[in-house]
Amino acid sequence: MSTEASSRGDLARLPWISFSIIVVLVVAAVFAPLLAPHSPTEQSLPDKLRPPAWQEGGSMKHLLGTDVLGRDVLSRLVYGARVSLTVAAVALIAGGGVGLALGILAGYTGGRVDNFIMRVVDATLTFPTILIALLLAVSLGQGLGTIAIAITVIIWARFARIVRGEVLSVKTRDFVALARVHGCSHLRIMAVHIVPNVLNTFMVLLTLHIGFVVIVEATLSFLGAGIPPPTPSWGQMVSDGRSHIASAWWLSVVPGGAIMLVVLVFNLFGDWLRDWLDPRLRQV
Amino acid sequence: MQRYILRRLLQGALLLFIVALVVFALARVSGNPIDLLVREDATAEDRAHLQKALGLDRPMHEQLYIFLTGAVRGDLGQSIRYRRSAAEVFFERLPNTLKLLPLAMAGALAIAIPLGVLAAVYRGTLVDRLAGGLAVLGIATPQFWLGIVLIYVFSIQLGVLPSARMGGPSHYVLPAVTLGVFLLAGMMRLVRSSLLEVMGSEFVKLARLKGLSQTIVIWKHCLRNALIPVVTLFGVYFALLVTGAIVTETVFAWPGVGRLTYEAVIFRDYPLLQAVILLKAVIVLSVNLVVDILYAYLDPRVRYA
Repeated sequence: MSTEASSRGDLARLPWISFSIIVVLVVAAVFAPLLAPHSPTEQSLPDKLRPPAWQEGGSMKHLLGTDVLGRDVLSRLVYGARVSLTVAAVALIAGGGVGLALGILAGYTGGRVDNFIMRVVDATLTFPTILIALLLAVSLGQGLGTIAIAITVIIWARFARIVRGEVLSVKTRDFVALARVHGCSHLRIMAVHIVPNVLNTFMVLLTLHIGFVVIVEATLSFLGAGIPPPTPSWGQMVSDGRSHIASAWWLSVVPGGAIMLVVLVFNLFGDWLRDWLDPRLRQV
Repeated sequence: MQRYILRRLLQGALLLFIVALVVFALARVSGNPIDLLVREDATAEDRAHLQKALGLDRPMHEQLYIFLTGAVRGDLGQSIRYRRSAAEVFFERLPNTLKLLPLAMAGALAIAIPLGVLAAVYRGTLVDRLAGGLAVLGIATPQFWLGIVLIYVFSIQLGVLPSARMGGPSHYVLPAVTLGVFLLAGMMRLVRSSLLEVMGSEFVKLARLKGLSQTIVIWKHCLRNALIPVVTLFGVYFALLVTGAIVTETVFAWPGVGRLTYEAVIFRDYPLLQAVILLKAVIVLSVNLVVDILYAYLDPRVRYA
């Protein structure tokens, strides 16, 4: 009873505004072709550099204005959400997965393996890993795969460190010893008995890192190492608008604001999920 | 202590070696490395010449040997864009970045410490909530976007600060702010939480019992201890600054090594990029090493952990 009451209490504290924005965002990303008023890549030079609807010279046809090539900013924004969320999902599954696996291996095995993995984790955390990500983009070429690898390099250590700590306490529990007595292999114990017990922590970590990954992806795009054009991505849009900031502020400010909003709502949602599922993580 | 230093030196060298291996391998996984190392309009003769100079026709382990021994001697290849030694270009630009980083770090500390202290002292009040909200916003703001918005507001609308390139003191304001805000949020949270922890400890109670004023207890007794975690994380902050400088210098056309990194990416100047990465790795690792050794010197518990 008590757990149900407390979970109901926590659900009541769900950050509704953030949650609604996340739902809108996901819907926009999934149904982008239906929702976007124009094609995100179709150019129309007579319509170039139209300001947003509420400014003088703007029209309802292009709510958030148009860019240098006359492309509709709102449509590009909607399609950009698709790119950001896809990259975030792929990168988090890859990077989080690697972190989870190595974290479990380190925590469960202990000894030299643990020592070695944790040294690499420490080193990775103090190294400007974005440099390696840039190098990947230049040598392998730009694309979703490259970004996923690059972000994996950047985030795996954060996951591994926390998952390992969790495994250290899980593995001393009786059911692990019992499984061992029953003749389970170490691999089976890790997969069947340890993984479910660190899953809550893992889910919270995933949510807390969505915002971070969105920023990293946008930063890579801004630096010319993200998803290649003409696919619209928010970082790329901010970068393209930079040289027109004096005459067309909306080109950079609008997509940048979108990034900030998305990161903000995912972080607030992640904080709530952490307090609900795994309050101990609050210290990290 | 000597053992500790030796161990840390070896770790640093190992990590550097790994980074060098990654750089070496990445140039070769995507096919013919010669495509990454010369200009697109290079003649067949040029290509053959470089191929021989770099030993690209030899077996892999010999290539690695040539690359590593060259790197140790400071020969990190020729920049495609600048047509001269990549390491030379890097060291020309380095001072400009070194002028910016301490400013950003000092600015971030100057705001993060008082704000963190206020948030901790007035815990749960409006002040604390405001500071917390500011931190949440700071974390969510993409750095490159903050720079652009600052340029729009202060250079274009108000016209009070320059938007690009180096110059007098006013040129430093916007880049330093952009770079500093990046650190601010995390630092402030850390000061707040570690101060709260210290404020509950016995020696603080004793100081209060002695009749010392609240101001002296907080700013002298507590803060000194609360800042230890901030000092410990100096190495991490430094790495963050080096990362942040890439974006900041790009936005503000600042002629430092961050902007150089961006140029290397945009112009697909692989030799320059690999030099930048290896040299930055050396710098970041050295700073971390020095911080760790100082810390171990000050706190013997670290040495024997």
